[in-house]
Amino acid sequence: MINATAVLPCDVTWDTFVETDAGRNALSCIQCGMCAGTCPYGDAMDYPPRRLIAMWQAGLVDQVIRSQSLLLCVTCYACAAKCPRGIQLTQLLLPLVKALAFEAMPEVPAELQKALMNTLRYGNPMGESPRKRAQWADGAGVPVRVLPLDPKPVDVLWFVECYPSYHPRGIDNARATARVFHRLGVDFGILGPEEKCTGECARLAGEVGLFDALEEQNLKALSRCSFRRLVTTGAHAYDAFKHQYSCRGFARPVDHTVTFLAERLTEVKPLLHKKLNHVVTYHDSCTLGRHNGIFDQPRALLRAIPGVKLVEMVHYREGSLCCGGGGGGMWLDTYYKAKGLERLSERRVREAVAAGADVLAVSCPYEVSRFEDALKVLGYDQRMIVRDVTELLDESMGGMQSL
Amino acid sequence: MNTLVVLRMVPDVVEELVVDASGKALDSQWLRFILNESDEHALEEALLLKEQLGGVVTAAALDAPEVDDALFTAAAKGADRVMKVARPPDGAGAWAQAAIFARLASLSGYDLILTGVQASDELDGSLAPMLAAQMQWPYAGPVVAVRAEPAAREVIVECEVGGGARSEFRAPLPCVLGIQAAEKPPRYVAVSRLRQVMRTTQIAEVDASAEVPAPWVTVSTLRQPEVSARAEMLEGSLEEIAEQLATILAQRGIL
Amino acid sequence: MSEGSVWVLVERQDQKVSDVAFEVLGLGRGVAQALGEPLTAIVWGRQDRDLVMELSIADEVLFMDHPALHQPTPYTCAQALEPLLRQREPELMLVGLTNVTWGIGPYLAARLQWPYINFCCGLRVEDGQVLATAVLYGGKMEAEVRVPGRPTLVGVMPGALPAAREKRDRAPRVEEISPSLLEGQPMVEFRRVIQPETTDIDITAQEVLVAVGRGIQSQENLPMAEELARLLGGAVAASRPVVDQGWLPLTRQVGRSGAIVKPRLYLALGISGAPEHVEGMRNAQVIVAVNTDPRAPIFNIARYGVVADALDFMSAFAEAVQHRKQLA
Repeated sequence: MINATAVLPCDVTWDTFVETDAGRNALSCIQCGMCAGTCPYGDAMDYPPRRLIAMWQAGLVDQVIRSQSLLLCVTCYACAAKCPRGIQLTQLLLPLVKALAFEAMPEVPAELQKALMNTLRYGNPMGESPRKRAQWADGAGVPVRVLPLDPKPVDVLWFVECYPSYHPRGIDNARATARVFHRLGVDFGILGPEEKCTGECARLAGEVGLFDALEEQNLKALSRCSFRRLVTTGAHAYDAFKHQYSCRGFARPVDHTVTFLAERLTEVKPLLHKKLNHVVTYHDSCTLGRHNGIFDQPRALLRAIPGVKLVEMVHYREGSLCCGGGGGGMWLDTYYKAKGLERLSERRVREAVAAGADVLAVSCPYEVSRFEDALKVLGYDQRMIVRDVTELLDESMGGMQSL
Repeated sequence: MNTLVVLRMVPDVVEELVVDASGKALDSQWLRFILNESDEHALEEALLLKEQLGGVVTAAALDAPEVDDALFTAAAKGADRVMKVARPPDGAGAWAQAAIFARLASLSGYDLILTGVQASDELDGSLAPMLAAQMQWPYAGPVVAVRAEPAAREVIVECEVGGGARSEFRAPLPCVLGIQAAEKPPRYVAVSRLRQVMRTTQIAEVDASAEVPAPWVTVSTLRQPEVSARAEMLEGSLEEIAEQLATILAQRGIL
Repeated sequence: MSEGSVWVLVERQDQKVSDVAFEVLGLGRGVAQALGEPLTAIVWGRQDRDLVMELSIADEVLFMDHPALHQPTPYTCAQALEPLLRQREPELMLVGLTNVTWGIGPYLAARLQWPYINFCCGLRVEDGQVLATAVLYGGKMEAEVRVPGRPTLVGVMPGALPAAREKRDRAPRVEEISPSLLEGQPMVEFRRVIQPETTDIDITAQEVLVAVGRGIQSQENLPMAEELARLLGGAVAASRPVVDQGWLPLTRQVGRSGAIVKPRLYLALGISGAPEHVEGMRNAQVIVAVNTDPRAPIFNIARYGVVADALDFMSAFAEAVQHRKQLA
């Protein structure tokens, strides 16, 4: 079980880590190997978590930093969840070492480099114009308030994130979310062009400087708005606000769309009038699931949809298999492929199909394109579709038709 | 090896470009500038040569919006000196830049000048060959590889020809090279390192005091080309479509 | 004494006139006619009767032969041309913007102190004034420019204009020039041509790419794509799902996690046009998309579209191309 809500020291560096409780705990690792055994790319790493700690204990962590091993870590929290001593692996240890390894890297893989440079310059890894970040709202079918243009106080600040703002399949989700919020009478607004990527995945890839720069910009933009709570469509953004931004003084309640909507299940349920007739399996994302313990809420929402039969994959809840998109993995597929590694999203999709589902439901924006690609490659794209939980809710509420 | 790299800031086309009220220039309201892509490669090539042969790399750029970012990044990547050159009041096309940087280069003893083989806004010329002509130095481009021996007074360069083939040339030093692509992709600078460099590095500000000729070529009208939002769909039987397409491509010189 | 004539530098590769040269000749012909002036073609290398007839669209063909021009650098060409241009001062001198000839115009312009217009995609004459259209910012804008007057050098964009291969009955006047490349001047010397290793093709260096997506259905259909690519003088590329299947190596992948390509022709067969793929090829000069789904996003960025099965299309198109080649 993961210790997700433990207080994490905000200004810990690699050098001061060993003086903290978490650091001393990490050094007391008994080398059981549960972490390496559960790590999706553990076999391929020169230094899976167990060996990393052994090297650290032996004063040889420099070798780990100079290796490329940490690029294979997709920060899925599996090791941290399995560790019998509750070592804060993905929460603290790995990001600290990854940051050092990143700085020491002679060559950053091209696709990752591009994503990071784009994020610094344009606030999103795709390299799209920041001015177009709210363009998706034109096709939502409901009004979407862009707070910098309309600065009156609002109840919910909806932090949309990059994929829902720019990627065609992410935009489908953003529009569905806007409609669901509208039907529920949620008083919401977005930052629009002033919103920047939270950079949580950049941070977990080791680019801490980029994360800090984005955090500064986002906090500034947020300080100009008056809102009571923050809800985000981004699973990694959820982590950023809940566990990192809180260190810099961000003190509002933070929700992901699924937790926010699950809280309102009694209002949501009566709106779900269309029968969907799907066998749905839900993929627990690493951040919402393993890291934050959010397992029941998305399932409650899915069960509320008429005509939905929920089935579970072999690995579910805490045991869920990572899609491979975290910690920079979203932009390292070519790098992994060149090493002959199996694409994690393909492994997961096979499980979904084996579970007998025709819909793979997700709640992290990265997962949609990763799983849709995997379905195509494996030839399952006629048998199964990928939908965000909110997309399914919107569909059952009537989609664009009933507004 | 004492190398000068000339960097240029060009309009960032990620933002939508809009023509201003005069109809002759870009509207500056949302206009952003980015380092010219092949200049980034030129810098990378200079740094690779320095890693092999030692020496000093100087990165210089005309004053322009966002140029400081580009110069600090160059310093963070390993440029020994970075300098910002005063921009002439009438704007600076390739002609003017060639005059300015030729003057700048003549004030120091450079062995090699690298710059990108082209820039998207060079209407009145091309900096790399014009700079070479101004300096009366040999020129080669588009260069995709550079080799040099430490003591030798020449470089061996590979230039792209087409279809993956390359021509290899020997160019005596000093010379100007128009870089198309460095042998490795331009290196990444971690944001924390960039911020550190911004705190500790000085950008030298220089006035090249060059005689800049008045521009010959000026824009009378600037406009967006007509671009349709969708493909022209070819209709008919497959044979008819195939024939139509073959004709179209032949007319365009592709067949 | 200045002559009012329009000059075109004709690029010669291995005794053959390059394709782009015909585009520049077509442009030159148009503006020469509008100005009522003769068209002169300059070619480097030895005089060749067949070549002269291929260039019969010109009124005059000048051959410049010198060993250094057999594998020229822009520097060498400019040196060879400078005295000739200084002496004869044409109205306009047009040079195609190809890898080999790119630097010639600007170098000459700086040496001769003549104006130069870059990225030109069109020339027209209005009331005796020559107007040039130039492409800026990677094609995002077009600038109209008044040609400052005689003489002016113009760099012409490849692929922007139709190739003018028509021959006339009358043979052009031929002249041989012996350029005296200055002795003792530092020279850029040609050493050798490096061919790409046959085991790996660099798709970013190809002029034509036949890109296959999932619409190709199976690995067995790849030879058809390869044959089409061969006929078109290009290579086969692929979208990610095809590479993921292992049908083609990673070196052929186009897109965000593969290569960014800018060929003259990108033929997208059975590719839907996902953003990750489009990022890799949207700057190709001509994009032709073939897909069974009329709503495939690829049709939003293609220049020409065909709603058809990729395999059926390949078959029909290969035949049409074959047929045309036989006629040529």
